[in-house]
Amino acid sequence: MTALIGILVFPGVFFLSLFGLVCEFVDRKLHARLQHRVGPPWFQPLADFIKLVSKETIIPEEADRTMFRLMPALAVAAAAAAALYIPMWSAKALFSFSGDVIVVIYLLTIPTLTFFLGGWSSTSLYAMIGSVRCLTQLFAYEVPLFMGVLAPFMLASTWNFSELAEFYRAHPGYMIFNVIGFAVSLVALMGKLEKVPFDIPEAETEIVAGSFTEYSGRYLALFRMAVDIEMVVGASLLAAVFLPFGLGLPAGVAFALYVIKVLFVVVLLSILRTLFARLRIDQMVDFCWKYLAPASLVQLLINLAVKGALLS
Amino acid sequence: MSKVTIPIGPQHPALKEPARFCLTLNGEKIYEIDLRLGYNHRGIEKACEERTYIQAMYLVERVCGICSHSHSTAFIQAVEEIAGLQLPRRGLYIRTLIAELERIHSHLLWLGVAGHEVGFDTLLMYAWRDRELVMDILADLTGNRVNYGINTIGGVRRDVTPRQIERVTKAMDTFEERTKYYVQVATEESTLIARLSNVGKLCYDDAMRLGAIGPTARACGLERDARKADPYGLYGELDFKVITDKHSDVYGRAVVRLLELMESYRIIRQLCKGMPEGPIAVKAPRKIPAGEALSRYEAPRGEDVHYVRGNGTDKPERVKIRAPTLANLQAVAKMLEDNYLADTTIVIAAIDPCFSCTDRAVLLKKSRRRNEEPVLWNSLRDYGIAWHRKQGLDFGDMNRRFGRMMERSSR
Amino acid sequence: MKKPGKMLMEVLRHAPKKPATEMYPHVRPYVPERFRGRLDFIPGKCIGCKMCMRDCPSKAITINKIGDKKFEAVIDLDRCIYCGQCVDSCPKDALLMTTDFELAQLDRRKLKIVLKDAGNATDAKPEAEPEKPVA
Repeated sequence: MTALIGILVFPGVFFLSLFGLVCEFVDRKLHARLQHRVGPPWFQPLADFIKLVSKETIIPEEADRTMFRLMPALAVAAAAAAALYIPMWSAKALFSFSGDVIVVIYLLTIPTLTFFLGGWSSTSLYAMIGSVRCLTQLFAYEVPLFMGVLAPFMLASTWNFSELAEFYRAHPGYMIFNVIGFAVSLVALMGKLEKVPFDIPEAETEIVAGSFTEYSGRYLALFRMAVDIEMVVGASLLAAVFLPFGLGLPAGVAFALYVIKVLFVVVLLSILRTLFARLRIDQMVDFCWKYLAPASLVQLLINLAVKGALLS
Repeated sequence: MSKVTIPIGPQHPALKEPARFCLTLNGEKIYEIDLRLGYNHRGIEKACEERTYIQAMYLVERVCGICSHSHSTAFIQAVEEIAGLQLPRRGLYIRTLIAELERIHSHLLWLGVAGHEVGFDTLLMYAWRDRELVMDILADLTGNRVNYGINTIGGVRRDVTPRQIERVTKAMDTFEERTKYYVQVATEESTLIARLSNVGKLCYDDAMRLGAIGPTARACGLERDARKADPYGLYGELDFKVITDKHSDVYGRAVVRLLELMESYRIIRQLCKGMPEGPIAVKAPRKIPAGEALSRYEAPRGEDVHYVRGNGTDKPERVKIRAPTLANLQAVAKMLEDNYLADTTIVIAAIDPCFSCTDRAVLLKKSRRRNEEPVLWNSLRDYGIAWHRKQGLDFGDMNRRFGRMMERSSR
Repeated sequence: MKKPGKMLMEVLRHAPKKPATEMYPHVRPYVPERFRGRLDFIPGKCIGCKMCMRDCPSKAITINKIGDKKFEAVIDLDRCIYCGQCVDSCPKDALLMTTDFELAQLDRRKLKIVLKDAGNATDAKPEAEPEKPVA
């Protein structure tokens, strides 16, 4: 029963959706203020969601109807499932086992795959080009993201979130060594969330809305919710891995701290996306392999060296 | 991935006006381009023939929303030349002042649009925020933010007050500071440079051959500016430079436009300083004598050409408008070759296109026959040559010599 | 010299400032003095020369005789292009442009207004109060 509530309400789908909308609001509002605009009112993301849900759904005749309908739900499910393994109010997550970080990272890959499959099965030219770009981009940012996120775990000699938190509670100073990894993961996360400069798969001035071109009504609403949840989960992942302090505090305080940490990552993402022009797909791949991947390798080397010198 | 044909337009989020670019893609690279125009033909030239000169002027002003002053000035310059009107100095000053303010507003608009096309919305927001300043000045001077309605045959309709001149001069300081900042952003922000440089290359020879004009040509190092080449209005006595650039790509076009803004501020400063006293318009006759005139005008997008023929009544007999975008469209097809799909929109946007202004297709039909088939361009050309031969005029030899001359000069 | 994130300082500097967005309709926009809005007609001055009708580019104005030396102006607001040529053409200054710009109607018939007495157009709204220019 607790598990069911955990999955459905807190910290499951309902909480994540709500928190996702809050994060979207913070992101949009800050983006607007940085651009010297007013920005949307606080209820705008929710209003958008309700509007989309109540609108007519149009499915292209040529589209693969089952895939077309299944993908949005799958995207939300995968993104929400990942959140269950991330610690939020204590060192222990709702579910935990040895190696859960690998599962979280892989679950976070699934939404991107559903974007690809959804776009591909809608058989529109724009959607197909967007889908192909989606996959191309996935191969570019995924490796740096993996290496960046896994580096702190290497330092702690574990593949488990709870043990990671315990380790950094015992040695809080070691968090400093992961700065490069944090930067790399943040940039790679922008690629995963398809934010400028990596919003190539849905570049509106080139291919309309990329994978989502043919989506409308509640399926589009679900997809957008999936993106929001992905943002929360991604930010939570970064917060849990790179800012693992304060998890030993009382549950309420630790949870408030968690919210602040996630919003901090969202604010960083928002500032970053204000500053750049959209890259081209070839430039994006170049950038990821030329700068991001080596930087994450450097992080791994640093952690190996630190482990050898200080922890042995 | 096999070859895919993807339509950009007639409706597409990147195009603000209808035009169709059918791109055949080889992966992400463009392999072939098919360009279709004519989705927004409004019959303005014909409509002008049924209106008096004053009425036609307001119609011509609405050819384009951004360079409305350019079109109305180009039109009435031609009318004034036919009527032999001598404009009062103050009228000319005001007309030129509005023209340069319009250039500022158009170039800032372009900067924002270019930013948007490459996904740099922050640049769009800031450029358009600063553009509001010049829009407010234009509204203050003329009464409206677009379609200023300041021109009239024989001068301008509204005088400027000393307070307004002071406001314009003061605003120039702000603009200069902001433009310097945008030059810095355009030349230093690495993602922007990555998207702009080496995109939409057009070499000097191609620009010459395809007849590119305006900032598009000037970014290829081609010194083409009607303000210098064929000074009209006050431009003969103003001190300004024609900005050129050697980059020949979208980056060069951005730089040319930004530096042209700086020149515009200089021109406006000179105009505000030297504004003479006196009347702002002379009385124009209702009936314009018979005659014809061709008027060239350097609009923000390039050279705007208007041809007017009068027949002694109060209505023009023929009006022909060549909007600047038309001259640059051939160049766009060349620029797009072998580029990425992602760069299509910025390459198209780089000529600052205005498709609705451009669309004035004419379909000629052989009316005597039952089945009305359209007359093709080649047969029309043959007909024209034959007609002139009959009149005792043969341009064939001259044409050939001119062709050779062009070839030599482009080499 | 290339550097990423050139606009960082600029956006951070502007974030706490008041946004540049105009808050219309909550805040009245600045309408310049010379703004060409809805036409107004002073019947007492009209001499019925119909110069305005002749010069109007869109045939939006009609002057009718409704009595001895009495005229009314019928204006099609949906045809009018707000160029103000009729005001310039009028030899007796019987026409003038107001700064009234909120002219949208749900019913097209309401866009045809008949002006018989000064300022009492059938659908005239209170005039917008021009604010101080922001410089």
